[in-house]
Formats: sequence, C-alpha cells, structure tokens
Amino acid sequence: MSDLQRLMMEPTDHHAQALFAGLSDISISQDIPVEGEITIPMRSHIREFDSSTLNESVQNTIMRDLKAVGKKFMHVLYPRKSNTLLRDWDLWGPLILCVTLALMLQRSSVDSEKDGGPQFAEVFVIVWFGAVTITLNSKLLGGNISFFQSLCVLGYCILPLTVAMLVCRLVLLAEQGPINFMVRLFVVIVMFTWSIVASTAFLADSQPPNRKALAIYPVFLFYFVISWMILTFTPQ
Amino acid sequence: MAAADELAFHEFEEASNLLAETPDAVTTSGSGQLTPQGHVAVAVDSGGSYGAEEEVEESDKTALLQEKQQPGFWTFGYYQSFFDVDTCQVLDRIKGSLLPRPGHNFVRHRLRNRPDLYGPFWICATLAFVLAVTGNLTLVLAQRRDPSIHYSPQFHKVTVAGVTIYCYVWLVPLALWGFLRWRKRVRERVGPYTFLETVCVYGYSLFVFIPTVVLWLIPVPWLQWLFGALALALSAASLVFALWPVVREDTRLVAAVLLSTVVLLHALLATGCKPLPLEPLAPPPQATSLPLNLLPPPTPRSQVT
Repeated sequence: MSDLQRLMMEPTDHHAQALFAGLSDISISQDIPVEGEITIPMRSHIREFDSSTLNESVQNTIMRDLKAVGKKFMHVLYPRKSNTLLRDWDLWGPLILCVTLALMLQRSSVDSEKDGGPQFAEVFVIVWFGAVTITLNSKLLGGNISFFQSLCVLGYCILPLTVAMLVCRLVLLAEQGPINFMVRLFVVIVMFTWSIVASTAFLADSQPPNRKALAIYPVFLFYFVISWMILTFTPQ
Repeated sequence: MAAADELAFHEFEEASNLLAETPDAVTTSGSGQLTPQGHVAVAVDSGGSYGAEEEVEESDKTALLQEKQQPGFWTFGYYQSFFDVDTCQVLDRIKGSLLPRPGHNFVRHRLRNRPDLYGPFWICATLAFVLAVTGNLTLVLAQRRDPSIHYSPQFHKVTVAGVTIYCYVWLVPLALWGFLRWRKRVRERVGPYTFLETVCVYGYSLFVFIPTVVLWLIPVPWLQWLFGALALALSAASLVFALWPVVREDTRLVAAVLLSTVVLLHALLATGCKPLPLEPLAPPPQATSLPLNLLPPPTPRSQVT
C-alpha cells in the first residue's frame, strides 16, 4: 500500500497515474447506476452490491424491476431520441405486454378451433418470432444494434397497441355498429402510428443510412399485423 | 456529353452480353448504378478511350475480390452477404420485375449477379399477410351485404398462405435449378443461374400480386378476372424473359416444356390466391342454411348485432 501511495503522490509519471487513477474512487460510494449495466468498475464494489441484493427483501427486488419497466414505458409513451431503452435493456416489459395482449385477444372457445381468431399461442408466436425475425433482418443488413436490445425496443413499442386493445375491449362493451367500428379504427390507427414512431426513434439510428427504409419496413409490417389482429377482434 | 452517354450505353450492352456468357466474372459495380468503371472492366477490347490506370485499378480490385475467402456457411458473415443491398437497389429490382422487357434479362441486368434474399423473403411475407387481410376484408364486406354469413377472423389463413408461398418460392426454383444444371452439358455459351438467382427471380416476380390482391377487393367479377390475367401475364413474362437466354440453347422441346411448366405452376399459384377472396361470395342460401341447422337460433341474431 505504501508503494501505491508513493506512486500516487508522485505527479511526474503520467502512465502510473493513469494506471492507478481509478483506485482513488474506491472509497467514494457514488450511486453508479448498476441496474442493467454489464461493466461494473470496481471489484469490491461488486461484492458489496451483490450481498445487498441477496439480503434485501423480495418487495425491494420486485419494486426495483417494476420501476425499471415503468421508466421504459414512459420512454415509449413520450418517444425522444434517447439511449435508455438501448442501454438498460430488459425483457420483462415485452413479456408482460405480450402476455397481456395474448390474453385479451383470446376468444372464448365456443367457436370451432379452425375458424376462430388467434389463440394465445398464435399471438405469442407471432410477437416473439416476428421480433426475432426483424432483429435478424436488421443485423443482416448491417445494423450495429445487439440482438437483445432490438428485441427489447420492439417489445416495449407494443405498449401503445396494448392500450388500444384495452380501449377496444371497453368500446366493444357498448352496442356494436358502424360508429363503434369507426371509433375502434381511429384508436387502432393512432396507436399503430405511435408504435411506429416510437420504434423508429429508437431503431433508426443504428442502421446504415442507405438501408434505413429496408430495416424499418418489417417493423411496419409487424405492427400492422398486430393492429389487424386487434381491429378484427370480436368477443363472442 | 450526349455522345459520351451514347457511347457509355452502347458499351454497357456489350458488357452485359459478355457478362451473360461468363457469369463467374467478378464485377465491382457495388452501388448498382452505371459507372464508367464497369464498362472498362469487361469491354476492354472495345473501349480504349478510358485511361489505362482505370484498367489497372479494376484488375487490382478484381484480384482482391477473388482472394477474399467466402466465409463458411456456419458464420454470420456468410448470410450477411445475401443481404448486401441498399434501398434504391431493392426498389430498382422491384421496378424491373414489374416492367419486363424482352431484351432485358432480369438476372443479368437488374441483379448483376448479386442476388439478395431480402427481396424474396419480405415480398413473400407481405403477400401472405396481405392475402389473409384481404380475405378477411372480403368476408366483412360480404357480411355487410348479407348479415347471415358467419363472420370470424379466420386467422389460420395466414399460416396456410404463408406456408404455400414460401414453399413455392423455395421448392420450385430448387427444381428448376436442378433441372437446368442437369441440362448444362447441352449448353455451350450460357451457364446456368445459381440457386439464389433463381430464387430472386421468383421472389421478385411475385411482387405484382400484392397490389392485385388488394384490387381484388372490388366485388366486380369481370374486373377481378382482368386484374388476375394482367398480374399473371406480367409475372410470367418476367419469369420467361429471365429464363429464355438459358433455355434458348437447349432443344426446342425441352425449352418449350420447361417454359410452359413454369407458366403453368405460376398460374396455379395465381388461381390459388384468387378463391380466397371468392369463398364468402358463394351462394348465400347455402351459407344461411348451415348456421341455422347447426347452431342454436340466438347465435345468428347475435352476429348481426
């Protein structure tokens, strides 16, 4: 330790200073945002934090994850060009949204299986395989976004369409007719545009400039199919 | 400038003919636009007006490209080479398939020996979804006219349409490619297309069906047949014009059989797409009798509301 202290006190050797410059941060317990980050600066800091997450109550753990998910929901609802969705990606939000959407789209099984609307498994498969296909497509076209970051963005941008599904189900409780259909159509179109704008705000920058349209078109198709499933939903 | 343009265009025709003869020759026109370097690389004999340094540059680039190892098929880079297209290139290829011209070979002139998988894959996906959506829409429109028709989203049609179209775009080019390679010994001048080029030709030729399927929503039968015939003509023409230089060398019988089989399969696909919208236009009395017999009486009433 004395050697290190001597080295730290000598201002001449820049190399040594750069090497050991980080050591001065050990004692400073700043709130380095660890949630979702992969690179954590100091080893001792990791040990300290790990033991605290093991010992904390379940409520703390759940609330922390829920707050992270909620923060990202806000970013989707008010899309600005920010890196939050990309930097601290998580797949909880997409899972919650996908399950909610699939549950709401499920019809009662009075109809024969063949003629019915999409079942839970179909919606699930479409959402997740659609997202995987779009991610693969954007990576093959040369985008510099990681696999899970792209899944995260696409999953979170389903939020406006889930809200549209909720609104549609509420509207369908009223009497059906052309006005009913017009209201639902309007809501779905607005939410569809919102989804596209939100996902484009996050994804467009990661593509090479002369291929942006090629990467965005599958996203458009994906949300169009989901909007179609929402619009044609009739409760029986 | 006009004279230079004329000269450039003439050279390009020769260049593409030479390209057609030697499909393995590497070209370096990366951006897909007409560049003078492209002329120099192939038409070295006829275009002596460009400087010698461009020639050297082209040969250097060619050597470099031939040295670059093709990555193994288990690496990501291998598949990335099939998606090496720009937006303008894809749009250009779509335009080329929409307007087939007899002298213009799709593979040589549009693809320039750089097939891509983006176009065929997403055109097929779009076509499958558009088929399902328009099928659903015709059912909705039919129900408005005749409220006793049982409406349901019929989501299984997406699966059926998707599987059919993808099988068509992959299996038929496979068969065609296999057949053309088998007949290779008969041909001296023109080599066969690679498998991906055949898939590309088929994939892009399906593009014309997307607006046609949307136009089939108009419930006027003769108009539907007209649109169908037009789409089939354009699509089959682009296929035939692409395949003609390759089968031209073969015996007349083989060429005729091959081309007619291609057109027949394409017509089958087109008619397969068509009845999907037509189903709900089946005579209404039959449609009403079934629900009344099989389902409890209140159900048809609830369909109307």
